[in-house]
Amino acid sequence: MISILAFLLLAIAGTAWFVVNMRKVRRNILLGKEADRSDRKSERIQTLIRVALGQSKMVTRPVSATMHILVYAGFVLINIEVMEMFIDGAFGTHRALSFMGSFYNFLIAFFEVLAFGVTLGCAVFLIRRNIVKVKRFLNKELDGWPRTDANLILCSEIILMSALFIMNAADQTLQQHGDAHYHAAGSFPISQLIAPLFSGMSDGSLIFIERFCWWLHIVGIFGFLNYLPYSKHFHILLAFPNTYYSNLELKGKFTNLDAVTDVVKPNFDPSYQPITDPNSPQRFGAKDVFDLSWKQLLDAYSCTECGRCTSSCPQNITGKKLSPRKIMMDTRDRLEEVGKNMDANGGTFKDDGKSLLGDYISTEEIWACNTCNACVQECPINIDPLGIIIDLRRYLVMEQSSAPNELNTMFTNMENNGAPWQFSPSDRLNWAKEN
Amino acid sequence: MAEMLSNGETPEILFWVGCSGSFDDRAKKITKAIVRILNHVGIKFAVLGTEESCSGDPAKRAGNEFLFQMQAMSNITVMNGYEVKKIVTGCPHCYNTIKNEYPSLGGNYEVVHHTQLVQELINQGKLKVQGGEFKGKKIVFHDPCYLGRANEVYEAPREVIQKLDVELAEMKRSRANGLCCGAGGAQMFKEAEKGNREVNTERTEEALSHNPDVIAVGCPFCNTMMTDGVKHFNKEQQTKVLDVAEMIATANDL
Ligand code: SF4
Ligand code: SF4
Repeated sequence: MISILAFLLLAIAGTAWFVVNMRKVRRNILLGKEADRSDRKSERIQTLIRVALGQSKMVTRPVSATMHILVYAGFVLINIEVMEMFIDGAFGTHRALSFMGSFYNFLIAFFEVLAFGVTLGCAVFLIRRNIVKVKRFLNKELDGWPRTDANLILCSEIILMSALFIMNAADQTLQQHGDAHYHAAGSFPISQLIAPLFSGMSDGSLIFIERFCWWLHIVGIFGFLNYLPYSKHFHILLAFPNTYYSNLELKGKFTNLDAVTDVVKPNFDPSYQPITDPNSPQRFGAKDVFDLSWKQLLDAYSCTECGRCTSSCPQNITGKKLSPRKIMMDTRDRLEEVGKNMDANGGTFKDDGKSLLGDYISTEEIWACNTCNACVQECPINIDPLGIIIDLRRYLVMEQSSAPNELNTMFTNMENNGAPWQFSPSDRLNWAKEN
Repeated sequence: MAEMLSNGETPEILFWVGCSGSFDDRAKKITKAIVRILNHVGIKFAVLGTEESCSGDPAKRAGNEFLFQMQAMSNITVMNGYEVKKIVTGCPHCYNTIKNEYPSLGGNYEVVHHTQLVQELINQGKLKVQGGEFKGKKIVFHDPCYLGRANEVYEAPREVIQKLDVELAEMKRSRANGLCCGAGGAQMFKEAEKGNREVNTERTEEALSHNPDVIAVGCPFCNTMMTDGVKHFNKEQQTKVLDVAEMIATANDL
C-alpha cells in the first residue's frame, strides 16, 4: 500500500513539474515574432515522418546514425514496458501484462535486446566523445555544462538499462524459487547471462534488489523527463514539432521583409497599400530573442548540439570563430535568461541591458558567414542557423549602419552604379563590343 | 532589349548577364561563351544592357534589405515593362534571387541557370556537343552553393559536362555536401575574418587532390575563388578553371 502511494505521489509530482516547465518553454517560444507555418499540412506531416521519425538526414554519417537508431528505437519501444511498470506501480501488481502469455514473453525478450542496443549505443557514444574525441565534440562552445550534459545523460541511460537487466535477473531467480508474487512470466535472453550471479542469494535479498532496481528505473524515468527542458536532450520531444514546422521553401529563398517593402514599394507604385501595421513599427532585423520568430526560438530549444552544422561550415572548418551550433546554443541560453528574468519579475521582462547580439553572439561571427546553407542542409532536425545570422546582419546594417567598411563601399557602389563595384552603368554592355 | 522591341521582334528569352558577367574581365569570357551558344542554336535572345542593374543579391545576403528591394523593384519595373517571360542567367546568385525572391515583389518569370538551358538544348537536339579538346580529360565539378544546395540543381551541369566525353571525378564534398568557394554571403567584397586559412584554399586543395585537367564551375564568383586557389598552389599549368559554358563553346568551336 505504501509503495502504491509513493508511486502515485511520484507520478503526480513528476508530471506536474514537467507541465509547469513545459508551459514556461512555450511562453518563451511565443515571445518570438509571428511566422506563418500553417500551410501545406500534409507535406509537413511527411517531413515530420521522414526527418524526425525516420531520421533520414542522419544517414550521411553512418556510424552515429546506426548507434542513434539503436538508442532511439530502444527508447521509444521500451516505453511499452514502462507502461506496464506504471500499471504495476499504481495497482501493486507484478508484470500486469503477462496474461498475454507467449506474446508477452516475446515482448520482454525483445525489450531486453533493445535495452542491450541502447547500452551499446550509449557506450559507443561515450567512447566517441571522450576517448576517440570526434572533432565536432571538441569545439569551445561545448566546454562546461554542454559537455557534462551529454555525458550525464549517456551514463544515466546506461544505468537505467543496467537497472532493467538486474531487475529481470533477480526476478527470474525469484520465479525459479517459486515465490508466489513472482509468478513465471517473461523470457530473458540478456539478463539470464547475469542471473547466475544471483542464484545463491536469499529471497529477501533478491526481492530487495528487484524492488530497488524497479524504483531506480521509475525514479529515473521521471527524473529524465524533468531533466529534458534543461538539456540538449529536449530534442527527443521537440524534434517532432520542429520538423513539422520546417521551412518548406528552397533554401536559397530568403524572406523579404514586409516592413521594408512598405517603404520601398510606394516609390514604384503610388497606389501601393502597406502590408504591416504602421501603428506598431518593428525593428528591422534582430538584436535580441524578441526580434526572432517563434520558429527560430523553437529551433534553439530543439538543437541537439550535435555539431553537424559546425563541422560542415566552411568558415568554421578554416578556423574562423563562426559556429552555427554556437548561434543556436547562444539563442537558447539568452532565451532561458530572458525566461528566468520574467519568472523573477512576475511574468514581465525587466530590461537587463543585455542582448543576443553583442552579449552572446559577436559581430565577428556574424560577418564571417558565407550564407552557403551547409549548416541548414546538415541539420538532422531542420534547424536554420543561417536565418538568425541574416536577421542579426539586418539589424547591424539597417538599424546601426555598422557593416564592415568594405561592405559599406559595396552598398554605395550598388546605390550609385547599380553594381557592387565602381563601374559606370553606361559601360555595362561594353563586353558585347570587345572580342 | 529596347532595340529588339523597336524592330518589332519579341525575344524568346532574356539573357541576364549580371554584374560579374558585365564588368569582370574573366567573367566577360563566360558571358561571351553563353552568347556564342545562344547564337549557335539560333535562339532569339535579348539583354537589358545598360538597363540591367545588380540583382541585389550581395546587398540582401549582407543584411541590406532596403538596398536589395530597391534594386529588385527597379529591375522588376524594367522587366515587367518589357513583358519578360523567361530569363537565363549567367550566375547562380542572380538566378536564385530573381527566381525565388522577386516573385513576392511582383516579378514573376521562368528563370533558368545557363547550365540548365544548355542541358535543355542538348536534350531537345538543338545543340550537338562533342568533346573536342576535353575528350578523355579529367574534370572535377565544384557545386555553386546557390545552384546546388540553395536550389537543388545538381544534375544539369554534370550531365552537360559528361556530354564532353570526359572523366568526371567527384570531390568527397559534392552535391548537397559541397563546400562553398568562400565568395558567397557578400564575402567576395570583404576580407575574411581571422582564422587558419582561406575558404577558397581549402576548397581548391580538395579539387586539386584529384589532379584534374579542369575544375569546372558554374558561377563567376566560384571561378574567381578557384582560379585564385589554383594560383595559390602554383598549379596554373596543370589545371584550368573553366565555366561549363566555356567548355561547351570551346569544345565545339562555337
Ligand atoms: S551558411 Fe554560414 S554558418 Fe551556415 S555553414 Fe555556411 S558559412 Fe557556416
Ligand atoms: S543546429 Fe542542427 S546540426 Fe547544428 S548542432 Fe543543432 S541540431 Fe546539430
